[in-house]
Amino acid sequence: MFRNLFNRNKSKDHLKERLKLVLSYDRAKLSPGNMEELKKELLTVIQKYFPADEADYSVKVEQQGDRVVLVANLPVNQPG
Amino acid sequence: MNAKAIVVTSGKGGVGKTTTTANVGAALARLGEKVCVVDTDVGLRNLDVVMGLEGRVVYDLIDVFEGRCKLRQAIIRDKRVETLHLLATSQTRDKSALSEGRMKETVRALLDDEGFDRVLIDSPAGIESGFQTAASAASGALVVVNPEVSSVRDADRIIGLLESREIPEVRLIINRLRPEMVKRGDMLEVNDVLEILGVKLIGIVPEDERILISTNVGNPASLEESGPKVAAGAAFRDIARRVRGEDVPYPSYDQPTGIFAGIRRIFGGG
Repeated sequence: MFRNLFNRNKSKDHLKERLKLVLSYDRAKLSPGNMEELKKELLTVIQKYFPADEADYSVKVEQQGDRVVLVANLPVNQPG
Repeated sequence: MNAKAIVVTSGKGGVGKTTTTANVGAALARLGEKVCVVDTDVGLRNLDVVMGLEGRVVYDLIDVFEGRCKLRQAIIRDKRVETLHLLATSQTRDKSALSEGRMKETVRALLDDEGFDRVLIDSPAGIESGFQTAASAASGALVVVNPEVSSVRDADRIIGLLESREIPEVRLIINRLRPEMVKRGDMLEVNDVLEILGVKLIGIVPEDERILISTNVGNPASLEESGPKVAAGAAFRDIARRVRGEDVPYPSYDQPTGIFAGIRRIFGGG
């Protein structure tokens, strides 16, 4: 009852998120496993130039309108 | 839809391609169009039994392809609706007997020489040669999807392939929707599916056990207008009218939460 009232824990919401993610990878013809590799290599390159923390770093594919885009989110540490 | 040759496809098997072909085809014929439904699932022939015409198949599509009969000899005329016709496929051959060139030529001949208004092509499941051949002759597509994970993923793949074939009119039919599960939040609702797949909607067909019953006796549910109300049959009739360009509102299927009202608002009645 509570679940319904607060619109949470609906199985279809999980499915929708899973489908959006898997279809982004499908459309980009990327496998999620390769994505992990890409993420590691990118981080190595980035770290040559910026002090970057792996924990703050995210790389994902995202559907933006008609296009699938690679989104890297990398906070650059402020000196001092 | 402007397309006279429309492929009915889904990627995944068992989501209702053949049922949709039979029901929309029958409903279009009932509306006065001269319709031919063509089975391209070579080796797994089923459109004939779903339509209750299995006893009348003499020649099939592959016989036409390979010159064993004339096209006209292979066309079976339905006895219930005189403008409804079936071109069955071969049950004994395999998909290697298909050919895109022959398929295109056969569909052209159905439209130009035999005077059909509409040809509905029932595609086999999968994304290989059978699907490709079925799609090759079409300028429109009805993509059938069930609101569940594997069907939606496969539909997305099929939509990509149809787009790369530059088929101009791709429309979505959400089949086997269970309103009570949608209401509980345990099934994707129509707007979710449309948001994920990004194609235009042309029909919502609720899960309906009477579809199985009408298939058991080989009588498409969309033809059962005088008997007990068949919600899915009515939904297929609505799809046929939308294919013909009519603006048909979506019914509510007793949804107190009004999800279908929302769809109507967003998509302007289809």
